[in-house]
Amino acid sequence: MPVDSYELLNLAFQFLDSFAFIVLATVGLAIIFGMMGIINLAHGEFILVGAYATTLSFHAGLPLPLAMLAGVVATTVFGVILERTIIRWLYGRLLDSMVVTFGISLVVVQLVRIQWGNSLPQIGTPLGGISYGNYSYSAYRVLLAGVAIVVLAALYVLFTKTDFGVRARATMQDEETARSMGVDTDRMYLSTFAIGSALAGLTGALYAPATPMSPDLGASFLVEAFVAVVVGGPSVLLGTPLAGGLLGLVDAAFTNVGGQFIGTVALLLTAIVAIRLLPDGITGLLEDIREKRRETE
Amino acid sequence: MTRRGISRRSVLAGAGVGTLTTIGGCLSDGGVLGDSGGDDGPTIAVLEDRSGEFALNGTSKWQASLLAVQELNEDGGVLGEEIEVYDPDPQSDNQRYQELTREAINSEDIDALWAGYSSATREAIRPIINEEEQLYFYTTQYEGGVCDRTTFAMGATARQQLGAVIPYMIEEFGPRIYTIAADYNFGQLSGDWVQILADEHDAEVVAEEYIPLGETDFGSTINNIQGEEPDFIASMLVGDSHANFYEQRADTGLDIPMASSTTMAQGYEHLRLEPPALEDMYVGVNYMEEVQTDASQTFVDSFYEEYPDADYLNQEAQNNYFSVHMWAEAVERAGTFDQEEVIAELESGIEVDAPEGTIELDPATHHMTHHMRIGHADENHEVTFDQEQYIEPSFLHEVGCDLTEESEQTQYTPGEFYDAI
Repeated sequence: MPVDSYELLNLAFQFLDSFAFIVLATVGLAIIFGMMGIINLAHGEFILVGAYATTLSFHAGLPLPLAMLAGVVATTVFGVILERTIIRWLYGRLLDSMVVTFGISLVVVQLVRIQWGNSLPQIGTPLGGISYGNYSYSAYRVLLAGVAIVVLAALYVLFTKTDFGVRARATMQDEETARSMGVDTDRMYLSTFAIGSALAGLTGALYAPATPMSPDLGASFLVEAFVAVVVGGPSVLLGTPLAGGLLGLVDAAFTNVGGQFIGTVALLLTAIVAIRLLPDGITGLLEDIREKRRETE
Repeated sequence: MTRRGISRRSVLAGAGVGTLTTIGGCLSDGGVLGDSGGDDGPTIAVLEDRSGEFALNGTSKWQASLLAVQELNEDGGVLGEEIEVYDPDPQSDNQRYQELTREAINSEDIDALWAGYSSATREAIRPIINEEEQLYFYTTQYEGGVCDRTTFAMGATARQQLGAVIPYMIEEFGPRIYTIAADYNFGQLSGDWVQILADEHDAEVVAEEYIPLGETDFGSTINNIQGEEPDFIASMLVGDSHANFYEQRADTGLDIPMASSTTMAQGYEHLRLEPPALEDMYVGVNYMEEVQTDASQTFVDSFYEEYPDADYLNQEAQNNYFSVHMWAEAVERAGTFDQEEVIAELESGIEVDAPEGTIELDPATHHMTHHMRIGHADENHEVTFDQEQYIEPSFLHEVGCDLTEESEQTQYTPGEFYDAI
């Protein structure tokens, strides 16, 4: 293989890596924000709970897949408790939800620090590297891109093809009507929040072997997640992969050419331009196009 | 006295005395209450991060300072007086550092200040320190170059740390160096030092990459390194997020050896990350808790006896520890807490028995001559030491900094003095 195609492979792996990170960092947030109208500034701390629960279970002797499952379960329970005690009072109060969840995030970070100190010993990344020419790439990080796609597909099926999905979407769109049609809206809110929490927990579990464990780790996910949600727009299921694809491509291409710093700058500039040109995100634009086409027909 | 005792007292002092001395301080400016500021006995401020970005590095600095104070107090205090400590948590926030520094100087009427992990923090509070002519100890290993009349830099400089390890690596592995460093003043200047040292030893920096703090994904950096095939990597990465690099390096099987001035001795990556992430990491250090000397063993034992749950005893913690003792020694010799006289005493070229070995303060530059060692982590993260040298803070001598002759408040950068940059 000529040298150029190795470099192309580098770019491809870097894209998959960024794509996986952005999609996984975003899904949980996208569901809670996009469907329920809660701006969850504690999203990073949901991921933190997943990652810590996974790492602690692993060190307690569970094999990695089971430890990851424990991480997801712990985060789900954490989310459900929060929903019942605090979040349920905040539906429809966008700005209030922001302040409250910001407070929750501060409390969680500090509690974790008090309980477990400034770091946990890390789990080594499994699977090793893929080698090609002079180069190599982490197989686990490439695998995460596959997981991201599976998660998106599963969510698509859940929210569009199942009875639960219809009820959940009905609740989010028009609670009054849904309730009058016999939907237990309270339960729908709870289960949707639980799904969002479980996904954040899954992200934490998946990145537990690939990132150092410290109480601040949520912060590294939060910015990308918010940028992706805003760029993606109102449709959660379509917006997340599209934003992940676009931002992942920009990140990989510019990082490859100009290094990490240029990559980060390019990512933020893309977000600014996207928000300026598409205030409703990519899916907002798609919706507009569809609308116009319908009018002309 | 327990740690809790000290901190509870200082909290009370912070709350109660703080309010009183705001009033008292105003009055004392007019000379009504004299110079006591409403506070009795000596107070030192220890502003070290116990939360936020640098908590991992700051916590043991704080603990070691309190340990030194406790030892002094158990021994009858300094000049027969018990030392009080003012130690709120600055939370790795430079703005909070500025507020707390002002608070410490104006309301707590401190006799000496220990503050800050990062160079950015030091530069954020140095104007306040200069304005108030406050005796200040900065204990982190750093890029070097600060020539400042009231500032005493206790950590080894880049010239000392990298000066120990880079020539060693060139000798052992070859002349092609790939530099990766944190993208702020510390990392940029450290990168310049690698360049200078490479130039002095007929080696070559084949590429350098500066990485924003908080970056966690190093796939492309690793690909770039693999593309260049260097003989070794010079890494001045900083903080939790950057530790991802080592994990990803092991994960992708990148087995090029690494030299560093930042890893292991500060954030104990060799204990936090699963082996073999730090395999073949060589770090130039004046101290790590693994250093095998009697003085070090005694220090490590009393530290963990006091803080059984502490994660690690890092290089900076040692610097805090010996510098508190050094300050007390200077006060005893001066016979007063008066900061000008204590500075004069420190400038007489004081010598201390630190855990790293007996070291001396260089009067002209306010830096320490350190015992520099090369710490090496193997594939199981066992640390061994090689090649101990006693290295002077030479860069400031080269630029002509002599604080005993001329008062200055400058930070010199290597780029102004070396053609290699």
